[in-house]
Amino acid sequence: MTDSTHPLPNDIPQVQMQGWGHYLRFSTDHKVIGVQYLFTTFLFFLMAGLLAMIIRAELLTPASNVVDRPFYNGLFTLHGTMMIFLWVIPSLVGLANYLVPLMIGADDMAFPRLNAIAFWILPPAGLLLVSSFFLPHGSAQAGWWSYPPISLQLPSGQPINGEVFWIVSLFLIGVSSIMGGVNFITTIVWMRAPGMTFFRLPIFVWTVLSAQLLQLFCLPALTGALILLFFDLALGTHFFDPLENGDPIIYQHLFWFYSHPAVYVMALPAFGIFSEIIPAFSRSPLFGYRSVALASFGIAVVSVTVWVHHMFASATPGWMRLLFMASSMLVAVFTGIKVFAWTATVWKSKLHLETPMLFALAGVVMFVFAGITGVMLAAVPFDLHVNNTYFVVGHFHYVVYNTITMAIFAAIYYWFPKITGHLYSEGWGKLHFWLTLVGANLAFFPMHPLGLQGMVRRISSYPPEYQSWNVVASLGGFLLGVSVLPFIANIIVSWMSGLPAPRNPWHATGLEWATTSPPPEKNFDETPVVRRPPYDYGDPKVTVTEGQNS
Amino acid sequence: MRHIPLDERPIRYDRWIDRLPRWLQRFLPKGGGTAKDHHGKGMFGVTVFLLSESVVFLSLIFAYSALKATTADWLPAGVKGPEVSTFVVINTVVLLSSSAVIQLAERAIKKERLTRFRLLWSLTVLMGSYFLVGQAIEWSQAEFGLRTSIGSSAFYVLTGFHGLHVLVGVLLQLTMLGRSLIPHNYDDGHFGINATTLFWHFVDALWVVLFTIIYVW
Repeated sequence: MTDSTHPLPNDIPQVQMQGWGHYLRFSTDHKVIGVQYLFTTFLFFLMAGLLAMIIRAELLTPASNVVDRPFYNGLFTLHGTMMIFLWVIPSLVGLANYLVPLMIGADDMAFPRLNAIAFWILPPAGLLLVSSFFLPHGSAQAGWWSYPPISLQLPSGQPINGEVFWIVSLFLIGVSSIMGGVNFITTIVWMRAPGMTFFRLPIFVWTVLSAQLLQLFCLPALTGALILLFFDLALGTHFFDPLENGDPIIYQHLFWFYSHPAVYVMALPAFGIFSEIIPAFSRSPLFGYRSVALASFGIAVVSVTVWVHHMFASATPGWMRLLFMASSMLVAVFTGIKVFAWTATVWKSKLHLETPMLFALAGVVMFVFAGITGVMLAAVPFDLHVNNTYFVVGHFHYVVYNTITMAIFAAIYYWFPKITGHLYSEGWGKLHFWLTLVGANLAFFPMHPLGLQGMVRRISSYPPEYQSWNVVASLGGFLLGVSVLPFIANIIVSWMSGLPAPRNPWHATGLEWATTSPPPEKNFDETPVVRRPPYDYGDPKVTVTEGQNS
Repeated sequence: MRHIPLDERPIRYDRWIDRLPRWLQRFLPKGGGTAKDHHGKGMFGVTVFLLSESVVFLSLIFAYSALKATTADWLPAGVKGPEVSTFVVINTVVLLSSSAVIQLAERAIKKERLTRFRLLWSLTVLMGSYFLVGQAIEWSQAEFGLRTSIGSSAFYVLTGFHGLHVLVGVLLQLTMLGRSLIPHNYDDGHFGINATTLFWHFVDALWVVLFTIIYVW
């Protein structure tokens, strides 16, 4: 045990990369599983991005002239499904897998084997979904909501069709997510190091806790809906078939009871990432730590009560519309608390604009924009006007790409030295940032004016007056495709031959920086003891813990 | 605080947990070395999982209730629907009383009375299997099939999904019974038995809800 008032030894690690092989094997080490998640989900991100670029190629011209209509339907269906269920949610699970045990001072997750099984369900489930493109009648075509009766009418009539693949794949991903949720909650509640009280947890851990609680108590509703949809599709029942006394609205309720909170399953960890990175690069403590921590729970609780705002146009009674309009707007109060806290953290401090900080700041600014359009959409009269138009598409791309995916990139850069033991190239990182920032805004901003003009989503041909904005959006989309190339190059080259990373390259607080880069198999040589509050930047004796080897 | 050297500060723990009701405190360790408590960790995980699993049932029950409340032709005219009969009541009583039996079995293993445990545990297996066989007989004698109407489909999905859970429970019980024959199996505690018992109570409690909405409503 060292004298903990000395600054952290920023030594070069003795632990060397053990080669790539262990990332391809069944491992119960949460760090290996975290990287496996990130790598796998990034591959699905690239595939889903490719689908988006075919969509944007089709939308370059008003005529439907690139792909045929059923294939186009499959493109946007699988683009949405894959981006949400195989990129955003599981990549954040991967980050959480890597970081949560390190941040709370544990040697692994609570149930390491369950953790590994949860991951290994994901690749086959994803491949099942992708493989449905090669079925005789193509993939699922009913959009990522898979609303009946369309999802029941479009399949080919054969027992094996794209829709069945979609249901089975989502069911498997759901099983994996529940396993992960049980594991995260138990880990955070039971595995904290001595002195790591709830109100000393890094905000990222708070957001993972609230997001995983949402997974646990909302995702089962989707599972229930999928079971009934499967019976309708494959076994000839009529739960959702209006012609046979069934009720498709019940599916919509069950679907959105999960899929709205799913937005916060994705957004909350992104907020957590912002809350880690912004203090570290402002060199000042996070403003209003307790409020930010509790706001995560506020968001989680309120988000369970807003799902009907996706169904304002689905013959929803007036009182319900009013109620859900009010609750939807309430979400802005809690997200507002967070945005103000980040602003106050940055306020009057000297900013260090390295790549993670650039991604985080841009993500926060674009999140404010997404939040404003979100409140607009929560208002019933406006929502009924732009329902099913590109305005909605623009809004949620500002959420899932311009906010959450930016946060994921910020996190990958920020923790890259910890994960790999190497420093990444700052120049390539900044190139990636600027290409992404320009590409994302070019691609997704034009969707707002298009939606206001009345362009409906999910169409492959459109009136010629919409063309100019569509060309801008398509060029932005292609630029986004290009923007990942410097990222990939940076990751590969830096991992193989980057400069060795010290324990704490950012001089950040947080237990994960108190161990070597990359951490040893059991994370800490001795169980750390926490005696300080989180984010105590500005203290000249920044020491995080005692009990590490010097 | 500022003048006390860092490593002489007392290690804090979550004092607010002390003010919570005692049953809730069992689920919230106060931090500090609790990672070694494998039993507490495991039971916490199982409890969280069961709460999550109950939402799947809730969503199916929601669909069942919403359809039953609004659908015109719940069951075709002249078809006898599921109703409270002696057969169903006996089946229900057997399943519910098996919860008491498994509780006694759990208490027996706590007191390390292994033979008594095996007897009571086997009795639970028998009672669970009796329920499953009874359910199968009920299915085969029903006047309606899966596709007859919305009501009949909902009946089969709900009872089938619950029956699947009963089956899993019985299989878990058989696994634990097999393990109890291994010498020194319980030297490190009996988490598996406690978890299976909790799962079994969950399955039984669900049946009370399902029985009410399927047979009584």
